Amino acid sequence: MLTARSAAPRPAVVEPPPAVPRPRRRRLGAVWPYLLIAPTVLGAAFLLVYPLVRNTVMSFQHFGLGELIRGGATWVGFANYRTVLDDPEFWTVVRRTLWWTGLNVVLIMVLGTLVALMLNRLGRRMRLAVMSGLVLTWATPVIAATTIFQWLFQSRFGVVNWTLVKLGFDSYRDYTWFAHGGSTFAILVVLVVWQSVPFAALTLYGGLTTIPVELYESARIDGAGAWQSFRLVTFPMLRPLFALVTSLEVIWCFKAFTQIWVISEGGPNGATTTLPVYAFQIAQSLHKYDLGAAVSTLTVLILLAALVFNLRRMFRQEGAL
Amino acid sequence: MTALSTGKAPLRALPRRRPRLSRLPLNLAALFTLAVSVFPVYWMVVTAFKPAADIQSDTPSFLPLHPTMAHFGTAVHSPGFGTFWRNSLTVTLSAVLMSLVVALLSAFAVGRMRWRGRRAFILMVFVAQMAPWEALLIPMYVIARDTDMLDRLSMLTLVYFMTTLPFTIVTLRGFLAAIPVELEEAAQVDGCTRPQAFRRVTFPLLAPGLLSTSLFGFITAWNEFAFANTLIIKNQDARTLPVWLSSFSNVFGTDWGATMAASSMFMLPVLVVFLVLQNRVTSGMTAGAVKG
Repeated sequence: MLTARSAAPRPAVVEPPPAVPRPRRRRLGAVWPYLLIAPTVLGAAFLLVYPLVRNTVMSFQHFGLGELIRGGATWVGFANYRTVLDDPEFWTVVRRTLWWTGLNVVLIMVLGTLVALMLNRLGRRMRLAVMSGLVLTWATPVIAATTIFQWLFQSRFGVVNWTLVKLGFDSYRDYTWFAHGGSTFAILVVLVVWQSVPFAALTLYGGLTTIPVELYESARIDGAGAWQSFRLVTFPMLRPLFALVTSLEVIWCFKAFTQIWVISEGGPNGATTTLPVYAFQIAQSLHKYDLGAAVSTLTVLILLAALVFNLRRMFRQEGAL
Repeated sequence: MTALSTGKAPLRALPRRRPRLSRLPLNLAALFTLAVSVFPVYWMVVTAFKPAADIQSDTPSFLPLHPTMAHFGTAVHSPGFGTFWRNSLTVTLSAVLMSLVVALLSAFAVGRMRWRGRRAFILMVFVAQMAPWEALLIPMYVIARDTDMLDRLSMLTLVYFMTTLPFTIVTLRGFLAAIPVELEEAAQVDGCTRPQAFRRVTFPLLAPGLLSTSLFGFITAWNEFAFANTLIIKNQDARTLPVWLSSFSNVFGTDWGATMAASSMFMLPVLVVFLVLQNRVTSGMTAGAVKG
């Protein structure tokens, strides 16, 4: 950092232009930037760094309801992590979380890509209509969506059961979707995919419009079919965009909490408990804040791969960093 | 395929030259996508306007044949409705305003000044933007309890301020970078001090950026559930709309009309914000401010 100032040419993009020289108040002027960022730094220190540190410290302590009320938590080293990692339920939850994330992300990416390709081929008016529909889905608040889906899949008067019965699946008459683990899991997947496809589709469509038509033209002349021109032209051209959207969706699906908590609280019988829900359950329902903190820390560690990938991309975009 | 040789080939000209009939599957797929994306929201609004007898009927009607406002009345008159709206608005607006002011200071320091540690600061903002907030529910609860901030809207405001701050700094910095510094310098040559130059020249040009940035922050804070659910426990009067709506079965029982009416009202501000955003983000105010 010290040598950076004298180091010669710095990248031009983000560098602020040289300020108007004002030698008179140079000493005082040098303090200003630090005063300006002080509120941000203070906010981050108290509301982000401190909770993170507190979480990590708590995961190495014995911290139950008693310690929460009276204080005086004792240091126990890695005991909490050992307890968590020895518990077969934790590994069931990890497997379920990976399955949940994988299933959601694959569905989102496949459907998002198909919708993007479709948008690219539609006429102007139809395209505008579909895009407006996607934006509407995107704009729907998560809590509104969870409420709507509970109504759609309601057992007695829900429109989904009515449709299924009309289509001849008579076993769905008054079917209670939220009483069964599998069907609750399926509804949550449908909900998350429904809410996430618009972002993926619109972003990928934005990328598609930047691919020169000539590339497809020459691919066709070389005898490429639809699949080949996707595999050999579209995908390579949009590889960075695909990587970006996929990694964002991995992060979002992995740490999805609100949808699951509002619809099922991880139930029935733990069938929809993913890692963030598991950590919250242990801490809030069982008052084992230490174990909850350990699970949270492990969740962040598992997420770190996807997070680091995204950070590196952001820095590269910045160039200067 | 003569599109290329005519020289006026628009980007999407290629597939559109197909005969009309082969486009039928494509358009059917488009209609299907449109239906799937719109239907849940449509169903919410229709249910909200349907009389109770139509909602609890064995064959659902897909159009509001006998529209009624009764469910909106039920929702509005349910206990605490006004309080929860006021809570949500207070928390959201204060958090957005705070993060806007704080972010503006930082964005100015980053975008208009040279100082040691600037790059480290930008790096920190990026890292903060990726913060795993879901993993901080438990320590935040413990901290709030220790500092006697549990069940208080001010704690929630602080959390929302911090969740929206990094994003606000990054976008404001982008908007600021789009405004030529020469405008400020010209004002300073004309006798303005640096703060004056910023206030009179840059700030008005930054207004659309400030608006759209704050609207994104508004949506984030307005929809937030996890922290509101964790930090407001005993004092039910301090709940916000998402938490209230999530417990609709306690509030409305099986009155789906009222639930959907409440849900529609909750969604309305977000929808308005989205519509405003579409027009505002694109309006480039500096276009033409500097020639050559």
